[in-house]
Amino acid sequence: MDKDTIQEFTLTIFCENITGLLSRIVSVITRRHYNIESLTGSPSAIEGIFRFTLVVNITHEQVRKLVGQIEKQIDVLKVFYYTNDEIIYQEVALYKIPTEVFYGSNSVEKIVRKHNARVLAIEQEYIVIEKTGHLQDTEDLLEEFKKVGIYEFVRSGRVAIVKPMERLNKYLKSLEEDFSPVYN
Amino acid sequence: MEVKTKNIDTADRNEVKTRRLTGSQAVLECFLAEGVDTIFGYPGGAIMPIYDALYDYQDRLKHILPRHEQGGIHAAQGYARVRRSIGVAMATSGPGATNLVTGLADALMDSTPLVCITGQVFSTLLGSDAFQEVDVIGCTTAVTKWNIQVTKAKDIPIAMAKAFKIANSGRPGPVLIDITKDAQLEEFDFAYDNNVIIRSYRPLPALDVYMVQEAAELINNAKMPLILAGHGIHISRAQQELLTFVEKSGIPVATTIHGLSAISTDHPLSVGMLGMHGNIAPNILTNTCDVLIAIGMRFDDRVTGKLTKYAKQAKVIHIEIDSSEIDKNVLCEVAIHADAKEALTLLTEKVQSKSYPEWLAKFHDYDNIEDKRIISKVLEKREDGTLTMARVVRKISEMTKGQAIVATDVGQHQMIAARYYEYLGHDQWVSSGGAGTMGFGLPAAIGAAIGAPDRTVIAFIGDGGFQMTLQELGVCTQWKVPIKIVILDNEFLGMVRQWQELFHEKRYSVVELQNPNFVMIAEGFGVKAHRIDHESQLEEGIRTMLEYDGAYLLHVMVHKEENVFPMIPSGKAVDEIVY
Repeated sequence: MDKDTIQEFTLTIFCENITGLLSRIVSVITRRHYNIESLTGSPSAIEGIFRFTLVVNITHEQVRKLVGQIEKQIDVLKVFYYTNDEIIYQEVALYKIPTEVFYGSNSVEKIVRKHNARVLAIEQEYIVIEKTGHLQDTEDLLEEFKKVGIYEFVRSGRVAIVKPMERLNKYLKSLEEDFSPVYN
Repeated sequence: MEVKTKNIDTADRNEVKTRRLTGSQAVLECFLAEGVDTIFGYPGGAIMPIYDALYDYQDRLKHILPRHEQGGIHAAQGYARVRRSIGVAMATSGPGATNLVTGLADALMDSTPLVCITGQVFSTLLGSDAFQEVDVIGCTTAVTKWNIQVTKAKDIPIAMAKAFKIANSGRPGPVLIDITKDAQLEEFDFAYDNNVIIRSYRPLPALDVYMVQEAAELINNAKMPLILAGHGIHISRAQQELLTFVEKSGIPVATTIHGLSAISTDHPLSVGMLGMHGNIAPNILTNTCDVLIAIGMRFDDRVTGKLTKYAKQAKVIHIEIDSSEIDKNVLCEVAIHADAKEALTLLTEKVQSKSYPEWLAKFHDYDNIEDKRIISKVLEKREDGTLTMARVVRKISEMTKGQAIVATDVGQHQMIAARYYEYLGHDQWVSSGGAGTMGFGLPAAIGAAIGAPDRTVIAFIGDGGFQMTLQELGVCTQWKVPIKIVILDNEFLGMVRQWQELFHEKRYSVVELQNPNFVMIAEGFGVKAHRIDHESQLEEGIRTMLEYDGAYLLHVMVHKEENVFPMIPSGKAVDEIVY
């Protein structure tokens, strides 16, 4: 794809866990009028380092500059960006289905099996079903439930693991080496 | 606040003695430890404890009270710019803090190191819409290099240490610490160690010798190289290194507006200013040169004109400390991510001693055209005795021997001051470039004069911008700040009028000003003033101003509809400059 094609990029931002930093990162993105398609925050595998995973639809040129601007924020350690073929990613969706649609027919059960979803809770009035997958997978299941009836639907932001071996550890190591007494 | 640092756990170090202080006292102790001697601030409810503590520090910390917080922060900017050190501004919560926003934005755009302290309501009241409560962190996030809210006194020293480190390292910028009133009042065991390491912040990149070698090869093989020197030369105090590099390599050097006075304008290799109202030669020849060496500048749109037609033929070497600026607007062949001084020192070793007489002659050809068509015309004596801005500026330049600090506001007079003052000294330019903040001139000049008390400070200000912050005249009187204010009055918002004349069929929409009597206003503030409107009064008027012991305002009536030329119209390429 050429540099002017708009495509989906997943950014992983490694940073300190500090009040206000997310707002700083978001402002860098939104001031360029880029929409954030999804955003998730969690600790990283390295203790004390937080990570945000977010998805934006922009060009390669735009993402390159955006990453530079996010990295420029003082409390951000490192930002990586990936196209979809460079990552393994998932989203979680929850569906609240009226219990009554299970009565009398096994169609809902079939749907659940077909989509490899699982039942999380069964209450008198509703059943909560969980489905993990790509956006299209959870979207497909939603369409099927809409036909039989649904109370509520919610989907998480994307979480992603990169296919290349994690570069952050290497980067952090290089940081440690740079910490000489004359470091400015 | 969770702080991730190394070697700064002062509590564990036996040799560091702690003292029982309030948060407010701690703030002032941190100032002293960081070498701060002057604060520009405005008191108010939520910052009362700090001002109370300040009462006991008056012998060590000079506090200047502006008449508006915006004046305070611009003064801190002026101070920072001439000292190349950190300017300090303080304000109370709510409106006090929001009045800082313009100055923060300006300082961020123009890489000016500031530490701003704002008071905040008690932490128990945060988010309750308390009196004078504003989400200052939210408001200032987009306009600060870094900001933080402190709600516990014990977090003040580390926040201050980080703030001072961040503000003036790497690419400098403004930082803000918002301190709740309870944190100011709380007592704690104070110790300060500013040897702080922020693991996520690497301001000083290691110089890549290989890249310098690559750059040297490009330069040594160049036929028509051109240097673009920016603000970074001043910030890294690399004027001498630039001069050595220029003289050895024999390459002509153009400056950006903030690069003014990086090299003396009378140097044989100085070829003028870049940009929208810069000189013809460096603008046009940017699109002719084969190697472009950009040092400490960021290819702002006012410099590049239409980007898709900017220096496409040239191989670009970009020396820049802020990595996010590299390949942002202009893709470069060789990126030297480093401090300008360090990079220039090494680069000078590796370049051959050369000269480019034919190439330089091309600049002189365009200079002759500019001189004939524009410069000589605006500088010549008018028969009717009316004054042009350019003539006034040049006269002052001559009478100050090109050595004064020139502070300006924003607009036509600013471009004229940039073009017609002859910068023969060092660190002379104090102006709002990136943000283009009208109202900057007067307070910034005050700050500059306080920062450099042994230098002459001339403030060129338009009649429009002056009225945005003229209340700061009171500061000149109260603290005896001997700035020389030159109001270039054309009774118009001149630059807007020029655009309306050139690009909007002369439809003058809301640009005329019915001005007050500036002399009376100045005198009302206790500032000596005089008005001139004729050639015959010019020299005498300037002499009286310069010789006067104290602040002085010279109100000069100039041509009403003078335009600044040459000009690269918005959206045009640098070689489409109109002259």
